Amino acid sequence: MAAADFCIQLKGIHKSFGTQEVLKGVDLDIERGATTVICGESGQGKSVLLKHILGLIRPDRGEVLVEGRDISRLRGAALKQVRTRFGVLFQGVALFDSMTVFDNIALPLRERSRLPESAVAAKVGRALEMMDLTGSGDKFPAQLSGGMKKRVGLARALQLEPDILLFDEPTTGLDPVKSHDVYRLFFATQKKLGYTSIIVSHDIPKIFNLADHIAILHDGRVRACQSPAELQRSRDPFVRNFITRVMGTAHDSQRECVNQA
Amino acid sequence: MEGLEKLGRWGLASIEGLGRSALFLVYTLIGLLQMPFKIRPVLRQIQVIGSGSFLVIFFTGAFVGMVLGLQGYYTLSKYGSSSALGAAVALSLIRELGPVLTALMVIGRTGSAMCAELGIMRISEQIDALDCMAINPYRFLVVPKLLAGLVSIPLLTAVFNLVGIFGGYMVGVVLLHGNAGAYMASMRASVTAVDLKMCFVKSVCFAFLLVWICAEHGFWVNRRPWGFGAEGVSRATTSAVVASSVAVLVADYVITSFML
Repeated sequence: MAAADFCIQLKGIHKSFGTQEVLKGVDLDIERGATTVICGESGQGKSVLLKHILGLIRPDRGEVLVEGRDISRLRGAALKQVRTRFGVLFQGVALFDSMTVFDNIALPLRERSRLPESAVAAKVGRALEMMDLTGSGDKFPAQLSGGMKKRVGLARALQLEPDILLFDEPTTGLDPVKSHDVYRLFFATQKKLGYTSIIVSHDIPKIFNLADHIAILHDGRVRACQSPAELQRSRDPFVRNFITRVMGTAHDSQRECVNQA
Repeated sequence: MEGLEKLGRWGLASIEGLGRSALFLVYTLIGLLQMPFKIRPVLRQIQVIGSGSFLVIFFTGAFVGMVLGLQGYYTLSKYGSSSALGAAVALSLIRELGPVLTALMVIGRTGSAMCAELGIMRISEQIDALDCMAINPYRFLVVPKLLAGLVSIPLLTAVFNLVGIFGGYMVGVVLLHGNAGAYMASMRASVTAVDLKMCFVKSVCFAFLLVWICAEHGFWVNRRPWGFGAEGVSRATTSAVVASSVAVLVADYVITSFML
């Protein structure tokens, strides 16, 4: 694949916090318009990697290229300009708890566009409807369930129609029904808006159905980045071990069903 | 050797802290100059800092003035100068107690809340969310607080002084039967424009200092040695109150020494 097909490229990212080296040379290419899932065990630096892509953390070494520009070297207006392409759904959603749901969703429009208040209200109204949140505009985040908060976060992230959407564990803490709702909305909006998405998730094997590429982060490096089908066929002992561990139960039960038949 | 290492770490952390604080101020001032200017968030903060602190300042001012009236009356009476009570109360309030005590009361009431609010926003990634939405968090969160402080605190100081002078009058004249005309005349004769200017300069400087220190402690709560989480916010809040109170008292001495 040519470099032009990638909207984000991470090259040799190293990052330490004190004496702890979290990232030890991460190389990863994110394909434009595709869904890339970053998975790995807890504490492997997945969220740290996501924050490097957003320019919230600067690497000790290496480059984070967003459309060819190294975001880790950008400051001020240039960094702001790159960030206008991003939408983010944080792990804890990061809604502004002193604002209503309506104001949370309207915030990027009020601060970053010149739309009149009537147009902002209309756009937020459509977003609330799309996310099945009609009637919740006057509520505060503390009055919402976990699933509703995620949907508000998704609505806010989509307001300025970003090219690249980053999700940090979008279904953590949600029951299977609510997780399904979030994925359904994710599918619907990606189909409509065609954004590139990067998802940090533990939700395996469910996330395999969603991903175009899966990157496995282990011991500070990306050990594999392949399509779900390629990963499941992989002969690499590490990948096989990972797949067996995370999907073992499903595979074993399938095998048992086949044997019984 | 270990002690030397600790000293070095402490020195580096202190220098880093000072640099971070200075950069925070620079970014806030840059945010102040960015257009378009939005008045609504400033008005909301004026309501929080100004209107919200009015009653506290009113009562503090009244009782400080009353104590000054009481102490001043008995002290001055010993020297047969009770007619100078108005001047003593007014000058004490306008030059020193008004600006300093107003700033300390606002630190206790609003500065701590400001630090905790920003600290919680930091640890719950709300400030990161602003960054990711390409919204300048200094302009969005800190600038309205700074402008509101610069408007509210001099006004609250004026209220403190006014109520304090009235409190001194109530005790010195109404309660202790001092001379009402002498109280007002001595005050008018001794309070000059220089005193009022000193009061105004002090209140503006204290406002600037308290918003800067309290907001910075909350905004960068994650960069402090005591770490992240609820305990980090609580310790940052305590530290913000102590640091801004000390800064106000140091600045009071410096300004007084320059303006006297």
